[in-house]
Amino acid sequence: MNAQAGLVAVLVVSVATLAIGAYGWRFSRTTSDFFVASRSVRPGLNASAIGGEYLSAASFLGVAGLVLAFGTDMLWYPVGWTAGYLVLLVLVAAPLRRSGAYTLPDFAEGRLESARVRRLSSLLVVGVGWLYLMPQFQGAGLSLGTVVGTQPWVGGVLVAAVVLVNVFFGGMRSITLVQAFQYWLKLTALLFPVIFLLLVWAGDGATSPADAAVSAGGVPGDLWVSPLESADEHPLYSTYSIIVATFLGTMGLPHVVVRFYTNPDGRAARRTTLVVLGLLGLFYLLPPVYGALGRLYAPDLIASGRADAVVLELPSRMIAGLGGDLLSALTTAGAFAAFLSTSSGLTIAVAGVLSQDVMGRRFRGVRTFQAAAVVAVVVPLSLTTLSDGVGVARAVGLAFAVAASTFCPLLVLGIWWRKLTDVGAITGMMVGASLSGVAVIDTLLQSERNGWTGALLAQPAAWTVPAAFAAMVLASLATQGRLPANVTRTMVRLHTPEAVGVDRGPTRP
Amino acid sequence: MTPSEADRPPPGSGRVRVTGPRTSASPSRRVTAASEIDAQSPIGEIFIASLLRAQLRLAVIVLVAIGVLVAGLPLLFSLFPDVGSASILGMPLPWLLLGFAVYPLLVGIGWLYVRAAERNERDFTDVVERS
Repeated sequence: MNAQAGLVAVLVVSVATLAIGAYGWRFSRTTSDFFVASRSVRPGLNASAIGGEYLSAASFLGVAGLVLAFGTDMLWYPVGWTAGYLVLLVLVAAPLRRSGAYTLPDFAEGRLESARVRRLSSLLVVGVGWLYLMPQFQGAGLSLGTVVGTQPWVGGVLVAAVVLVNVFFGGMRSITLVQAFQYWLKLTALLFPVIFLLLVWAGDGATSPADAAVSAGGVPGDLWVSPLESADEHPLYSTYSIIVATFLGTMGLPHVVVRFYTNPDGRAARRTTLVVLGLLGLFYLLPPVYGALGRLYAPDLIASGRADAVVLELPSRMIAGLGGDLLSALTTAGAFAAFLSTSSGLTIAVAGVLSQDVMGRRFRGVRTFQAAAVVAVVVPLSLTTLSDGVGVARAVGLAFAVAASTFCPLLVLGIWWRKLTDVGAITGMMVGASLSGVAVIDTLLQSERNGWTGALLAQPAAWTVPAAFAAMVLASLATQGRLPANVTRTMVRLHTPEAVGVDRGPTRP
Repeated sequence: MTPSEADRPPPGSGRVRVTGPRTSASPSRRVTAASEIDAQSPIGEIFIASLLRAQLRLAVIVLVAIGVLVAGLPLLFSLFPDVGSASILGMPLPWLLLGFAVYPLLVGIGWLYVRAAERNERDFTDVVERS
């Protein structure tokens, strides 16, 4: 594909992000409404911003790559990422907003009245955040390498640099307007080219990729489209583990929770989440189409291990000349928008937790936050090479598995079960973190295990999540003497609609 | 303050008016549901517990619905391979379901949930404010 067009697209998106970050924050609404009196970010705008931040490299590139290489079973990733928001809506949305918590450690401390729980939550937030940032940089490296031909590390460094410059310019709060714009840019970047691609495909006779005669990567079309026929040895287990990780992990992602605070009340939090659900569903209709067309027009990407690049490559391959190059440039722009928006949101969430909770009370202020941002970015950047062989969407799936094994039990039990204690929460989170952590490290080291061990470690959520829940419940029941002093008041605050005038205890503004 | 002339009952009526001294005490506080909740009395706890139960029941119903309709699909494909290889209008059924149909389904379930949850909260607010 045309290197110049792609490079221009990347630079335009990067510069635009920097410019808006530097100047736009003065004119647009910000996330942190500690400092802004009005809490009236419209649900549509807020929902677009959440969607924009949520759709990362995995959604933009990884899904299409996985579908291209492995077929129907990989559709569970985008389905799970959307259903995870529905689970969030049903179990967490309104009560989390009513808790007044800005971050997950905030919620943990407020609900359980324990500083130790807060500290553990902070460490886990950083861990999950880093695990999620790694594939963003990896995807950036892959994209820039595909487009311009640079070494894999260059793209990651570019994204990291833009994010850090943004933060240093005072973009301490990720900007609602920018993130909202990012969603619609990403949607357009996929929707606009796919229309032309489908026309070309129809013009070429509209061969179905599901046809047995179509073979790519050594797999005939009818096998590719058949469910539970992927390369894994235990596809049913793997599928259910992916379902558990994605359905239950969304609520535990650091950059998701932070956005709840911008809603005026619990009711608005629910409605905004519903709109996000619609926006995500609309977006996720598109990447599988690229994967399917890639079976016909770019099958070589599977063998060369670059299936994640199908969204970038396909337009210029299917449409000759300038048109194809421009459309590929558009998808490249969308991809970089995805890296930048998610990385920004994650970096700010992680840096906030690092500077507040991990670096101790002696360090405060802007310099600390900036130092924390550097740490938040440099660690995953240097570890990017680790996740190279795993693929972008799978690496993100690992972050979901850890989030589902640690913060999901905390949130679900904390919101709905009166008897949760601080010892119970710590035990549950440590069990979930260590079990899923072992699996993550094993997968990243690519130890190539076979059989049940391999399947259990590659997709751990199906057993780590129940283990974490069980540990949390049992440990709580064993320490019922340690119920938080204000638990009744807290439960009132979490569940009572704002219209009712009851004493909610000391509340945040 | 001693009762004035006007307050004394008319002689011979046989009825005695018994009142306390006229102080500036506030009128007796109505015992509202909200105050019961604040006082964390047993009645207050019943109010909150009933709201929690209603919302939790709703949440469980929705989760079971998702579990069966969406998460039940791999089991369906596993037990009935013919379903997995069926196709509608040339598109394989699994793709139709997982690539397209599931999204409007999730949004629809979400919309129904929001309506029901808000209704629960409205009912609770009515009960609390009425008493």
